[in-house]
Amino acid sequence: MEVILQNLTKKFPGRDRKRREDVIAVNDFTFEIPDGELIGLLGPSGCGKSTTLNLISGLIKPTSGRIFFGEDDVTDLPPENRGIGLVFQNYALYPHLTVRQNILFPLENLKGKDRLTKSQMAERALQAAGLVQIEELMERKPKELSGGQQQRVAIARALVKRPRVLLLDEPLSNLDARLRLQTREEIRRIQKETGITTIFVTHDQEEAMSISDRIVVMRDGVVQQIGKPQEVYDNPVNLFVAKFLGTPPINVFDGRVRGGKLYIGEEAVLDVADVPDQSVYAAVRPEGFLPAGDGPLSCALTGVEVMGRDISVVSKNKASLNPAVRAIIGTENRVDRGAIVRFALKPGKVFLFRTDSEQRIPFEVK
Amino acid sequence: MIRKKFRDNGLKAWLYLLPAILFLGVFMVYPLIDVFIYSFEEGYNSASQTYFGVGLYNYSYVLHDSYFLQAVKNTFLLVIITVPLSTGIALLISVGLSSIKPLRNLFQTIYFLPYVTNTLAVGLVFMILFKKTAYSDGLVNLLINWFGGGSVDFIDGPYWAKMFVLCFYTVWVVMPFKILILTSALSSVDPVYYNAARVDGTSGFRMFRKITLPMISPMIFYLVITGFIGAFKAYSDVVALFGTNLNAAEMNTIVGYVYDMLYGDSGGYPSYASAAAILLFAIVLTITCSNLLISSKKIHY
Repeated sequence: MEVILQNLTKKFPGRDRKRREDVIAVNDFTFEIPDGELIGLLGPSGCGKSTTLNLISGLIKPTSGRIFFGEDDVTDLPPENRGIGLVFQNYALYPHLTVRQNILFPLENLKGKDRLTKSQMAERALQAAGLVQIEELMERKPKELSGGQQQRVAIARALVKRPRVLLLDEPLSNLDARLRLQTREEIRRIQKETGITTIFVTHDQEEAMSISDRIVVMRDGVVQQIGKPQEVYDNPVNLFVAKFLGTPPINVFDGRVRGGKLYIGEEAVLDVADVPDQSVYAAVRPEGFLPAGDGPLSCALTGVEVMGRDISVVSKNKASLNPAVRAIIGTENRVDRGAIVRFALKPGKVFLFRTDSEQRIPFEVK
Repeated sequence: MIRKKFRDNGLKAWLYLLPAILFLGVFMVYPLIDVFIYSFEEGYNSASQTYFGVGLYNYSYVLHDSYFLQAVKNTFLLVIITVPLSTGIALLISVGLSSIKPLRNLFQTIYFLPYVTNTLAVGLVFMILFKKTAYSDGLVNLLINWFGGGSVDFIDGPYWAKMFVLCFYTVWVVMPFKILILTSALSSVDPVYYNAARVDGTSGFRMFRKITLPMISPMIFYLVITGFIGAFKAYSDVVALFGTNLNAAEMNTIVGYVYDMLYGDSGGYPSYASAAAILLFAIVLTITCSNLLISSKKIHY
């Protein structure tokens, strides 16, 4: 089922006594989610991603704009008639019911011709439990389960009524790091197995990048960029997106373009022939640095962190806007513990942004 | 070494517990044991501190006393009628209060007013409502007359009328506290459960029965238990409504009977009073224990 959002806008009345103007949580969001894709809504807290999810679920009504599931306009439908499955951030499992009763709950709500027989219900519940591999936990109460198991029960409960769209609100935020890795693969597997269009919300860019077919980066209610994770990472439209994606974060420098060359400090670090002269933000991905004895960019070395797979070189540069310049280099490189470390830059890992609008300035990579 | 430390800790614990134990011992446990002993001493005289013998005669006397049986009947009626009724009505009002937005605080205050109102003032209100005087038949009778019924003497009239007033009064008096407890219990239910239920298309009634009720069941249980105990101990309300000569009015309660046996016009029998008090204690204990047993299967903490 494709999900189409058309100029979706949600304003909340201002609560503050002094500032009465409305708070715009979601601003003119238009997006067509193809059938069967896994979409990650990504952004810092307060960017409107959860509001967007709640708009799709129907728990809140949009101020303007339309929502379609396929051909159906569901904007004015209450949540129960939309055919959605929703997994809440804290799972919202009914604590007084067993896992089985929790999973059966949505089925028992069905009335009239949709109502299943007892054995059909039991079968569907078992099927949903099988999908998330919790068959042996059916008689337990939620508080007797670990966080990861509760998460699975919540997903099974959302899937048991065969929703058209599955919505997940911060699905991994309540899990510890190890479980998070495992669970995100699990979500990916379940989504592929069921083929249900799935939208999930997260503030963790790594999580979104790793499992989404497409990510939507949001900021202050406005969509910044939509695309395949790798595309967005490799081609951020503005400084915010560039800074938001990637760990360690991208290194931003005060730079200047003069005569087709990019200057960081007084050093000409890159040829950017087709960019007119101006001052810019130059952003370099950590993996965009190449240690080279005669490299054009010089930084004052402050530390080397060995991570096993690669080496993280921490240094300082006067023009850097980050507190430290962080470069990730392969272990085959040797970094001499001198005072100065010199880098060459990989052109594809360097982005230029306007200083006023923070929009991307394209340049031709040779 | 370890044992010594353990013993030291035990000593310390007892030291900390001492004030509470002393207080409870002197004012709770000792009197309880004393009353238990009195109840077996036949013809105990508190002035001369003498008694005739030891046996079950006190119990036999009390259990054959028609006043006591009347008091037991009254008390049980009061308990059985008012506890479920007041809890049920309080639940309805609390759910109503929780689901409205405008004027909610105003209504909450109004419903809580009886709790902070002076008992005498409440008695006066009930007098105006129910009592027949030389000048008027009371407000309730006016209403009954309005609908074409005959006046009923609620204070000195038939048994059912008096029982009605007593139950009405009791329900009304305990209501504010129950509403207070239940509204706070209702507001402590995480709204995310209702959202989850809404997404799954749960009807309002089913939401109430399957989510709200189980979630607030510990509080309902608490109210039922304390309600039972409170109603079993009813006395002052009855005096406020029907005066001190309760046996004559057929409106005595078990506590009232105990009091009458000690200090009433027909009083001066501490042995009988003790026996009646022990019987009341046994009844309350039995009912509370069975409540706990039943509820452990039905309550979700």
